[in-house]
Amino acid sequence: MSPSMMERPEGLGRFGRFGGRYVPESLVPACAELEAAFVEAWADEAFRARYAAVLRDYGGRPTPVTECTRLSERLGVRLFLKREDLAHTGSHKLNNVVGQALLTQRMGKSRLVAETGAGQHGVATATAAALFGLRCTVYMGEVDARRQELNVFRMRLLGAEVRTVSSGSRTLKDAVNEAFRDWVASVADTHYCLGSVMGPHPYPWMVRELQRVVGEEARSQCHEILGKDPDVVVACVGGGSNAAGTFAGFVDTPARLVGVEAAGGAAASYGSDGVLHGMRSMLLQDEEGQINEAHSISAGLDYPGIGPEHAYLGSIGRVAYTSASDDEVLDAFALLASTEGIIPALEPSHALAWLVRAADSGEVARGATVLLTLSGRGDKDVAQVMELRG
Amino acid sequence: MSIAEGPVAGAGALEERLRAHRAAGRKLLIPYVMAGTSDDWTDVVQAVAAAGADAVEVGIPFSDPMIDGPVIQRAATVALARATTPASVLSALSKLDAGVPLIVMTYYNIIFHAGLERAAGMLADAGVAGAILPDVPLDEVGPWADAADTAGIATVLLAAPTTGDDRMRAICARARGFVYGVGLMGVTGERQDLAASAGVIARRLKAITEVPVLVGIGVSTPAQAVQVAGVADGAVVGSALVRRLLAGGGPDGAAAFVAELRGALDAPGSPAAVSGGRTGGDAAGPPRRSGGG
Ligand SMILES: Cc1ncc(COP(=O)(O)O)c(C=O)c1O
Repeated sequence: MSPSMMERPEGLGRFGRFGGRYVPESLVPACAELEAAFVEAWADEAFRARYAAVLRDYGGRPTPVTECTRLSERLGVRLFLKREDLAHTGSHKLNNVVGQALLTQRMGKSRLVAETGAGQHGVATATAAALFGLRCTVYMGEVDARRQELNVFRMRLLGAEVRTVSSGSRTLKDAVNEAFRDWVASVADTHYCLGSVMGPHPYPWMVRELQRVVGEEARSQCHEILGKDPDVVVACVGGGSNAAGTFAGFVDTPARLVGVEAAGGAAASYGSDGVLHGMRSMLLQDEEGQINEAHSISAGLDYPGIGPEHAYLGSIGRVAYTSASDDEVLDAFALLASTEGIIPALEPSHALAWLVRAADSGEVARGATVLLTLSGRGDKDVAQVMELRG
Repeated sequence: MSIAEGPVAGAGALEERLRAHRAAGRKLLIPYVMAGTSDDWTDVVQAVAAAGADAVEVGIPFSDPMIDGPVIQRAATVALARATTPASVLSALSKLDAGVPLIVMTYYNIIFHAGLERAAGMLADAGVAGAILPDVPLDEVGPWADAADTAGIATVLLAAPTTGDDRMRAICARARGFVYGVGLMGVTGERQDLAASAGVIARRLKAITEVPVLVGIGVSTPAQAVQVAGVADGAVVGSALVRRLLAGGGPDGAAAFVAELRGALDAPGSPAAVSGGRTGGDAAGPPRRSGGG
């Protein structure tokens, strides 16, 4: 395998032609400081042990892998779910945030800022801030704050300040802009706790490493259950952190890797090369280079780009990126609930929706083994789905 | 017309012009105007040039202006809603004779999307002298700076309060036209008082470079411009002007504000004029603006 196959990126965070560090000069030193701190911490056994202990004793790791017997029968495949919905705070987001909070302490900073779409990363960040005694401000688009009201209240309960963002499309991309604006003014005591494998170097790499635990656990669990690697590994892609963590565990196996975006935010499928939020990647943009607004029922996938490593993995053909429509997703959401007694978040319901389609069409062969990362639980989405499908 | 000497576009034009004005003992003033916020925006560019700007920064609106505060964000939103595009801005600029160098300020994706060589060529064809891309730091600027050099577009680079000494030297070495000292840690916008960091960055830059040093971000009033120009070669004033334009100030309002800034910088008793006199050393004295009064 080439050394850039989900290992350390080259130079200033290059994954092929993607990645980089396109930030205002004011933030370059903070990115460099973060990179140095992460390199050092990640090589430090004591840090790794502390990180693993928090994820185990506080976060509930390892999360189980569950075989879905009834749904498998229905689809004609053997489906296994990596249960990130069972992690503390209800999604994979905690893995990343615990690592970054520990780094924040290590760098001697006392405050976190974060962006959030669905609110899961915001809740995870607010949780880690409470746990480690850090101050916390979360930026959330006005549209998202409305559709994820409950998570706004959760973050406030956890002691975070939630600032709603009314600029631009008033969703995730605008929350990212606002978090960067905060960080430029606060960088002396503040760490920007980015929620996905996106942004300037070292974030895409660092967040993937902090999510790697998902894929590594899943791989050894598959080996225990199946005695081999699964045939297909699938995860949803917003920025792409749960997918990157999952794929990192399987990239050097023969497994077919599939990333599923929201049809209204499918940058890997319909985007083109561009630079946004500190990175060169695939973006949804118009003919002038203005960034398009993404549209999805799932706030967590409502982002017009993907992480640069995904752009790279797509460009070399190692991962197939595809998308699922809102309707398919709502069907898949209900299907998992009624066949397995698991209410998934709308984000991983995209991965399920693809699987339903691919199993029906024969794109995934009968009897194939499939590992699907169930990145979060659906409690946050129930009210919205009730409104849509009541 | 303001001061008539030398070309306003082409390789080196921006820096030559700014150096000449500095040598003449004049403090430099570069106002920022967002293109496309009103039908008469090119009249605004012309008016601020005539009112005493040494160059004009023209913003091409981008959907995600990461380093801009509320005023310039709003200007970008207004301009985009009015169907302003990079092509429409450049086409308007190509028909304009402001008499001073024009500097385009936009975000990298606008340039990147057009293609670096093509974008640099388009800027040159429109008579633009320089470009500021605030989300492209030194480490990433190579491909653009090379394309810009070839096309005769000056690559203005930013230096920030957090920039270390060695890096600052490297920035000054690669910068063309002028070095943009970031006056404070924060986004663009008006501030009550000039940040202490504005003076610090001006001093640090002046100590290491001959390239003209202008300080911007948080420079909003004539008094603040005078204060910062006491150390730097001049000031960039953005949000304070854009706010007036969004409020309907028009070319006359913009010209009046820029004339006020110019007047303060030129006033014989101002620290700027005093220090300008000291460092300028040109027997001809400060050049005079014509037509601004
Ligand atoms: C449950 C869940 N899954 C996935 C995502 C998308 O993020 P990523 O692509 O980084 O995993 C989110 C984002 O909010 C989420 O809440």
